[in-house]
Amino acid sequence: MSDKKTMLVQKISDGTVIDHVSAGKSLSVLRLLGNPQNRGVTVALVMNVSSSKLGRKDILKVEGVELTDEQVQKLALIAPLASVVIIRSYRVTDKKNAVPPKVVTGILSCTGATCISVREKDSVQSIFSLASSSPLSYKCKFCGRVLSEQEISAQLG
Amino acid sequence: MQWPRELFGADGMSREAWSGKDVLSVLDFSRSDFEQLFELASDFADKPGSVRKSLPDRIVATAFFEPSTRTRLSFSTAALKLGAKVIDLSPDSSSVMKGESLPDTVRMLESYSDLIIMRHPSEGAALLASEVSKVPIVNGGDGSQHHPSQAMLDLFTIKRLKGRIDGLRYAVLGDARYARTVTSLLYGLAKYKPKAVYLVSPEGLTMRTEVKDTLDRLKLKTEQVKDVEDVLDKVDVIYMTRIQKERFPDPNEYERVKGSYRITRSTLARAKDALVMHPLPRTNELAYDVDSLPNAAYMEQARLGVPLRMALLDLVLGDRKK
Repeated sequence: MSDKKTMLVQKISDGTVIDHVSAGKSLSVLRLLGNPQNRGVTVALVMNVSSSKLGRKDILKVEGVELTDEQVQKLALIAPLASVVIIRSYRVTDKKNAVPPKVVTGILSCTGATCISVREKDSVQSIFSLASSSPLSYKCKFCGRVLSEQEISAQLG
Repeated sequence: MQWPRELFGADGMSREAWSGKDVLSVLDFSRSDFEQLFELASDFADKPGSVRKSLPDRIVATAFFEPSTRTRLSFSTAALKLGAKVIDLSPDSSSVMKGESLPDTVRMLESYSDLIIMRHPSEGAALLASEVSKVPIVNGGDGSQHHPSQAMLDLFTIKRLKGRIDGLRYAVLGDARYARTVTSLLYGLAKYKPKAVYLVSPEGLTMRTEVKDTLDRLKLKTEQVKDVEDVLDKVDVIYMTRIQKERFPDPNEYERVKGSYRITRSTLARAKDALVMHPLPRTNELAYDVDSLPNAAYMEQARLGVPLRMALLDLVLGDRKK
């Protein structure tokens, strides 16, 4: 997790560790998870540590909360290289990679003011298909406009 | 209502490739589908006396959420000539004005008709309608995205007047950003082998990124040129469009580019026998003194809209076994 021999944050007994979050995105990830710290959940953030994979990265530890598959999918929209580890009784019980889903329904919004998914947003769910994994981008099914990684982060952060 | 084409064989020449199918974008059709359409359209154009009323007892609905002259009237005329009845939704005097959603409007129309021809200012409206409707949807234009029957008509006109679509040089002049006719024509040309496609667009009205990406994927090469004068003596077809005032998010932006290009009889002096095409209506980009030139093709283009759309309706809705 950390490249130092000493740990910056203590181990958690139960919960989720989210590693390889792009530096600076951890607060967006917390918002995506519904800010669990506001519900009394213990959250530890390690920000801007060095990483051989990302150069710099953030790490989150969320005590007592296990991410659902749906949350992992959403996580991939903000942190496409993130890895998710589920901890029970100090042991790793599951590992999931945040793979950007091929289709995202009802989460993102098209930026085209004249797209039917925007004009009829009360009766139509937005649908985006994966255009590129790196850099992440998604294409609106209805109008073909492409959302960039920055636009996706801005919407979900 | 879109059916996988593998169900109908790979040649695309069987009637089933069209039958019951939504017509949302030219991208959904193959070159052989076009050839089948053009063959039937030629029959309708050349032998009007022998037209069989293949759509008796059929009801075609038109729902135009933005203005139209040629598309709406030529589709209605085509349907009537084939024996169908036409009902029309007028958004200005219907529940659309009360805020009825598009899906609800389409559900109503599909229960009253056998096919819906729709124009809407929003991109993706026809696709959304096709997902709601059990009857075929024909896209009469959705925002700045697709206008398939116009592109089919444009290609049909070129084929009739020039004898071929392959091997020609094309100049596409005007609003490549918002004009759905331009986008659809380019997608249609990608099914053929044009010798060159020159795009002449004012600054700010060049192709959108997603359209360029699609053309790259389809391997249609285009070349952006600054002035139509640079290519006038090279091209076989000059395809013009008006600047789409209604699609500009900022009216000042429209004011900046309006009147930035104009074709007159004297401009065309160097153009040899290049066809001059325009989906119409025109504003001031195409001078009236061009009309009497033998290569002014836009009125013939509009006239052919009826037989082309007759062929389209017949292929989608007709039962040829009768």
